Amino acid sequence: MALPYDSAAKFQEYTHPEMIVSTEWVAAHLDDPGLVVAESDEDVLLYETGHVPGSVKLDWHTELNDPVTRDYVDGAGFARLMSEKGIGRDTTLVLYGDKNNWWAAYALWVCSLFGHPDVRLMDGGRAKWIAEGRPLTTDVPERPQADYPVIERDDKQIRAFQDQVLAHLGQPLVDVRSPGEYTGELLHMPDYPQEGALRGGHIPGAKSIPWARAAAEDATFRTRAELAAIYHDGAGLGPDDDIVVYCRIGERSSHTWFVLHHLLGYPHVRNYDGSWTEWGNSVRVPITRGDSP
Amino acid sequence: MTADTLNPRLQEIVEDFNAVSGRDRLQLLLEYSQELPALPGRYAEDPGLLEPVPECQSPLFLAVEVDPDATVHLFFQAPAEAPTTRGFASILYAGLDGLDADEVLATPAEFSGQLGLADLVSPLRLRGMAAMLARIKRQVRDKRG
Repeated sequence: MALPYDSAAKFQEYTHPEMIVSTEWVAAHLDDPGLVVAESDEDVLLYETGHVPGSVKLDWHTELNDPVTRDYVDGAGFARLMSEKGIGRDTTLVLYGDKNNWWAAYALWVCSLFGHPDVRLMDGGRAKWIAEGRPLTTDVPERPQADYPVIERDDKQIRAFQDQVLAHLGQPLVDVRSPGEYTGELLHMPDYPQEGALRGGHIPGAKSIPWARAAAEDATFRTRAELAAIYHDGAGLGPDDDIVVYCRIGERSSHTWFVLHHLLGYPHVRNYDGSWTEWGNSVRVPITRGDSP
Repeated sequence: MTADTLNPRLQEIVEDFNAVSGRDRLQLLLEYSQELPALPGRYAEDPGLLEPVPECQSPLFLAVEVDPDATVHLFFQAPAEAPTTRGFASILYAGLDGLDADEVLATPAEFSGQLGLADLVSPLRLRGMAAMLARIKRQVRDKRG
């Protein structure tokens, strides 16, 4: 039983308005059965400082990643995780988080690998909820355990691996990292830890469109017209393109994947989660330095 | 193990963290984050005096003072939206501020690994704490008489 969609006019402009809800919508539906709200942040303790009442925490690093292999949890692991959080296969799952929903978009992309039928982002995330003076609580909800089925992860539709990206060279690629990372001047994000790339630069042919350009000042997504001006008019991307997006480990590019795939409705967009921490360490893969694709 | 070379205050912090599990351990880190003292005016007004620690996932700045008698004083600044980073800073403050320079320098570099946080917080995030300690020690070495 999916909950009703948010009928806000801004969302109706997007190709998939069912993928996004406003803070107003969340506030109005918080107590509805069939809804679970989950917070996903960069900082693993931010949820503990206060969160949307009734929301659960979903940590990208300690929960969505496999603890040993560089990969996401498998079908059994995902089923266990969702069940523990009280999320069933028919639950409407609304994700939100810090930093323009960067990590929430990453969590949504991982949930999409398992084809969770109804998962949405709360536009503006944590920052907008707080800016509007909406309530926060430190109470952790006791949700009854759900019974999430084991669903095989589908890595074919929205995920790209290194060999596929090598075969994709010459077709549209979007590098969503900061300009310094793109040119090769920096090996990591400004003010962020060095995560171990041996070479700097970008994948040949990749266009530089830093991910946060898709977010407005208040952390919400830009309108469809604004997004089309950036990605379609500006970068020349269109619905007929087969597009691969990447960043450093696939988190910032999940945000861009969401914009291209769900808001602009481009059907063929894959996220290369190996991203620069794989490409920049691989032997004999081609790299371009400087500010041209 | 190097636990026996920790100073008594750090040793007690390590024991406190290891005495509780899972959610309570994160809660303890959160409590530390809330106890991090605010910067004194002389640093708040002149942020150029602070050293950035880019290894932390969120912006953190620190300053170290060493008195003529070798007593070490630590100062940290991290935003409220970065409670994990604040918690790490606060642990170092609680364990090292006011100690003698030699005691600070004797702190094992891998001390953060003894808190039992790697699985809860991730080793990547913990790296920031080791970087803070390394920068504190370097400043202590530079500034002691």
